[in-house]
This record gives sequence, C-alpha cells and structure tokens, in this order.
Amino acid sequence: MTAKPNVTADLYVTCIIDQLYPEVGVSVVNVLRRLGVAVGFPKDQTCCGQPVYNTGFNREARTLAKRVLEQFRDSEYVVVPSGSCAATLRVFYLELFAEEPALLEEAKALAAKTYEFSEFLVDVLKVEDASVCGATHQGTAVYHPSCHLMRELGVKTQPRKLLGSVPGLEEKELEGAEICCGFGGTFSVKFPHISEGMVGDKITNVQASGAETLVSCDMSCLMNIAGALNRQESNIKVRHLAQILDPNSL
Amino acid sequence: MPEIKTQDFSAASVAAMADPKLRRALDRVASGFEVARLARVAEATPEVWDAWRQEARDIKAHTIEHLDYYLDLLHTNVTAAGGRLHFAKDADEANEIVAHIARTRNVKVATKSKSMVSEELALNPVLEAMGVEVWETDLGEYIIQLAEETPSHLVAPALHKSKEDVAELFSEKLGIPYDEDIYHMAATAREVLRDKFMEADLGISGANFVVAETGTLVIITNEGNGRLCTSAPRIHIGITGMEKVIPSMQDLSIFLRLLPQSATGQRITSYVSMITGPRRSEDEDGPEEFHLILVDNGRSKMLADPALREALYCIRCGACLNICPVYARVGGHAYGWVYPGPIGAVVSPMLVGLKKAKELPQASSLCGACREVCPIKIDIPRMLLDLRTKTAESPDPSVRSAPASERAFARVYAKLMSSPALLRMATRFGRFLQKVERVIPFFSPMTKDGKWIRNAPVPPLSKWTRSRDLPTLPKQTFHELWEKGLSSDDS
Repeated sequence: MTAKPNVTADLYVTCIIDQLYPEVGVSVVNVLRRLGVAVGFPKDQTCCGQPVYNTGFNREARTLAKRVLEQFRDSEYVVVPSGSCAATLRVFYLELFAEEPALLEEAKALAAKTYEFSEFLVDVLKVEDASVCGATHQGTAVYHPSCHLMRELGVKTQPRKLLGSVPGLEEKELEGAEICCGFGGTFSVKFPHISEGMVGDKITNVQASGAETLVSCDMSCLMNIAGALNRQESNIKVRHLAQILDPNSL
Repeated sequence: MPEIKTQDFSAASVAAMADPKLRRALDRVASGFEVARLARVAEATPEVWDAWRQEARDIKAHTIEHLDYYLDLLHTNVTAAGGRLHFAKDADEANEIVAHIARTRNVKVATKSKSMVSEELALNPVLEAMGVEVWETDLGEYIIQLAEETPSHLVAPALHKSKEDVAELFSEKLGIPYDEDIYHMAATAREVLRDKFMEADLGISGANFVVAETGTLVIITNEGNGRLCTSAPRIHIGITGMEKVIPSMQDLSIFLRLLPQSATGQRITSYVSMITGPRRSEDEDGPEEFHLILVDNGRSKMLADPALREALYCIRCGACLNICPVYARVGGHAYGWVYPGPIGAVVSPMLVGLKKAKELPQASSLCGACREVCPIKIDIPRMLLDLRTKTAESPDPSVRSAPASERAFARVYAKLMSSPALLRMATRFGRFLQKVERVIPFFSPMTKDGKWIRNAPVPPLSKWTRSRDLPTLPKQTFHELWEKGLSSDDS
C-alpha cells in the first residue's frame, strides 16, 4: 500500500452504471477507498445530459447540466468512471454555457476538478503500479480505448499503465483498437445497420486477439460490444477497468 | 448543381452496405492511404506534425477572417499578371461565365483536370449542351465520366470501382478487348486523352490554392494531365472555391507538405504546377488567355456562421474520409452529393441546404477520428453537433430533423432525469415489467436466464436488438447499494 493520500473525492457514477452496472460503481468505490480516498456520493445525481446534448436538444441538456453543477459545487475532486460522461462534464458543459457567463464560471470550476477514473488514479493519486490496488488477474485481456476518453480528454496512457501492471494479467494486441465500436449514443439506433457493422468489426478483432477478457473505461461502449458478443454466444468476458483493479469485484 | 440525393442517405447507406464489392474496394484503398499518412507523421515526428497542423490552421484562420482583403489582393495580382478574375455567386453564374467564354471564343473541345468545384457546379452538362466536347483527363475522373457516375472520394474519385469494373467499362465504352492489367488500362486512357490535349481549345482546371500576393494558381497532381490542360489549349480557366486563397508563397510551403502527405501519404506529388497569368511574350508556349473563377455557391453562409466557419479551412485532402468508420462502410455515393464523409456531412448541408441534407450530420458516432487526422485540425465533430442543434427543433418543419417522437422523448427524458424520485419509480416499474414478463411471457423479449433482452418489442430498443443483446435491469441500482451500506467506509 502507498501512504494514504488523504484525498476526498465525490463519485459521479453515471446513469448507465447506476441503472445497469451497479457492480462497476462498487468496484470504483472499493479501489478508491483502498487507495485512501474518502469517497462521497451526492445522492441526487442522475444523468449528465449527454444523450440530449448529442442529439441537439441543448435546452434539455442545460437543465440536466445545471443539476450536476449544483450537486458537485463543493466537491474537492469529481471522479467519473466513464470517458464519455467525464468529457461531458469537462468539455461539453463549457460549450453548453458559452453564452452564460455565471454558469460558464461554474462549469470551468467543475471542469478543473473533474477526472476520469484511470486518469484520477494515475495523475492525481500517482498510482504507478496496479498492485497497490491489490489487483491480480489470471488470464489474458485486451484494452478498448474509448473515443471520448482518447480524443476529448486525451487520456491514452493512464489505463494502459494500470492494466499493464496488474499482476498475472497478460495483455494481448487488439487490431483496430482505436476504431470506434459503433455505439455513438442514439447513432446506434438511428443508423443500426452502420452501427452493427462497426461493432461487428470490433468483436471480430476482439475474438481474433485470443484474449479472455475485454477491458475498457466506458460501460456504454462495453454494453454495445458485450451485447454483440453475447448475441454470438461468445465466452469473452467484458469488464470495466475498475473491476479488474478491485480484488473484491462482484 | 448536380442532382441532390442527400435526403436518401439512410436508404442509400443500407444499399451500399449490402454491396460486398464496394466494401472490398473501400477496405483496400482507404486503409492504404491511412497507413501511408501515418508513415509520414512518424517520419516528421508527431510533435513536428502537430506544429505543422497548427501553423496551417493559423494561416487558414487568418485568411478566412480577412477574406475580403485577400480576395481584393488576389484580384489586383491576377489582373496585373494579365489574367482575368471572375466572381460567381452561384453555380449558374459560374457555369454561365465558362459558357460565355466558350461561346465567344468558338471552343469545340475542352479538356479538364480534376476539379471538385466543377463537380459541384455540374459544369460538364452545360458545356455539352452547347456542343462542346468535354474530356476529363484525370484517370479516376475519366473512368467515372465514361461510367456516367459521380466521384465517391475527394482525391480518388473512382475508388468504388475495382480493376475488373474498369476493364469491363473500357471494353464496353471504348470497344477494346477486356484487359484487367492496370498498366495496359492506364496506357489506353493515355492514348485516348493524348490526342484530346492537342485538339483542345480550352483547358479547365481546379485549384488547390490560389496565392493572393502573386495571383498564382497552384495545382498538385500525379498524372501530368493538369500541366497539359493548363498549358496546351489556347484558353485556360481555373475554377475553385473562394476559400482557397492563401496570402503568400511563403504560406504555400506548409500546405505543399501537408496536403499530399495527408491525402495519399506522398511526400510531394509528382507534379506541382504554379500558374501566373497567360503566356507572356517571351514564353514559348502557354495559353493566350487565363481566367480564374472564384465560386461562392453557399460559402458565404459558412463564412457568416462562426460555428461553421472553419469548414472553409478544408483543403480537400480526404484524410477524414479515409479514417471514418462510417465512410468505410457506406462509401461516398451514399452521402448523396459531391462532398462525402465527415467534412461532406458539414459542407453539404451548408451548400445544398439543411432541408435536404439534415440527416447527414446525424450519421456519425462522433468518434472524433476525423479531427485527429485533419491537417488543419478542423473540429468536425463540433460542427456536426452544431448542425444537430440547429436542426433538432428548428421552427421550420422542413429543416427540423427530430421527429415528434424524438422531441417527446427528449422532454420526458429531461423530466425523468431531473427528478431522482421519478427515476426511482421508473426503475422499479421497469423491474416489475421484467418480473411479470418472466412469469407470464407476453412479448418474450428476454433470454432464458433473464439477463438479456433479445427481442425488444418497441423502437428504439428494437433497433438495438436487431443484432445485439441488451442487458436487463439488475436487482438494485448503485443508489440503492449506496444507501444499503456501501456508503459506510469500513475499510
């Protein structure tokens, strides 16, 4: 164990983890606590507004964004176990409130203290080696770098560093890793034929990698990829990075 | 303007994806370009490459912010070099300028080097209707002219065609034996076109850049056809968009590096032609007349809109097409107009109007790969989002992109997510439905273990479950787990 960093962080769990993957949220809490973080959870949090923002409904997006600004106003850090939702808080809110100076100031304050989960571990808590989380993993894995995490937040190395240092875990090469999985929020149901083609290529590459487990930092991408894998009756396991790092993962 | 089919994207993309030949062609060519581009980035080093992109972006941003000044300067210098600069506000005006020149100079045969703007104007049918023979001389353009098709890629217009397709086409249209040897086919085209260069009265070219301080038109090509088109006939007309102006020769340097390296991965193209005015008295050859037509055709609408202005920085390298996972599946024709791919999904709605092209900005997962490869760092995902915002709830029903059901969904979603109590009730109701469905199956949407929805009965979920399973609601939300004890840290 590293020295307890004596940090307080509020978890923005994201609505998809809240509603569909609560076990991922539990792993996030377990990992943070093991690293000595006092974890808070503002209870009225729901959705960050990304689904409505991405489809052009900015008024609805503002309504939801204002709630987030309010609930995390007093947080020291905000940790988000999703590249996409973290990008919404950190990048998209600035655009959403570009014309409203008071709210823009609040959005800037939120952006300055918001971190995606792997980024928080490596950049703030200075975790150099995943073994400090108590993680071990027997088997092979590939990492899918999600688009918003890479290209909106610029987080590329942090998840690899953590995953690569999990004792026992053997990382495999994923062909076309940086190509979108085809989720894209409402894109997946507006253009299902294109989205299916994209996720089809993704799972072909995941299967070809020979890995037993697929790891990513976004449950929305993983829901898409897992849904396609399950339809093919594949045995490949799909996990959020936090579940790999948490020795008590559910 | 050519026929606009942007409104048919959905149907056209379904059809395109059902075409295995198209998929093979797209895989082969586009991924080849991207691999070559990456080699150039590595060669320059990513840091230097990024500095180049920023420099190019700064030049474009500066020029577009002062476009009136640079167009004026260009006008002065084209005129000083003995050329004539024309401004055309739309396609009809541009075509009429060319038609007028052809008519008054008794033009019978015209040769063309590659020009996307002339595709945008649908210039060829106008000249042909006057009895002028028009010959596309870029090999890709020649192929699609013979096939009576439109380009499917910005730099590789016949990308969608296999060598077998071209061999069949040549055999049918030129009456020669079927021969799929690429070298032989290129030689055939060369033989046909070589005579036309000599016969032509008029050469028409595009322009990759026009340099304001010297009045110079710059084109980069690999086949040498551009040089023949612009020097052999007695008249040369260059046609391009008004955004293609750059301030100086000094500025050109960065673009001559970035354009070919981003487009095909070449360090430089085989030919870089710089043309300033017509033949001077001491020149041995060259055209007697030089005209440059700068086309607006909707570009000033982009200029006037701060959110979309940077679409005018585009140098049409096609890198965003080559990386785009949507373009890779549907190809260029599905986009329904001249400019396909991510940049086309921004430019087309502005040039043909949102009414017809409002669907294009929706056809993206917003993955951002296009912005990452763009040599001018154009923020395409942000512009797609802006167009979604402009259309989703437009008061003009013909521009509005979101159907009533989607608008209602957005309202209900925002209401639900604004109230934790309401959300809790909705989740419980969802779980209740799942439970009922397991006891008394009605729609039977779930897998036997109850973990997945396999056949959702209603859209949009049914669209998802066409080929993917959807997880069912677990017994507890994270909120509930937190309240039931996770909140106390006993570690």
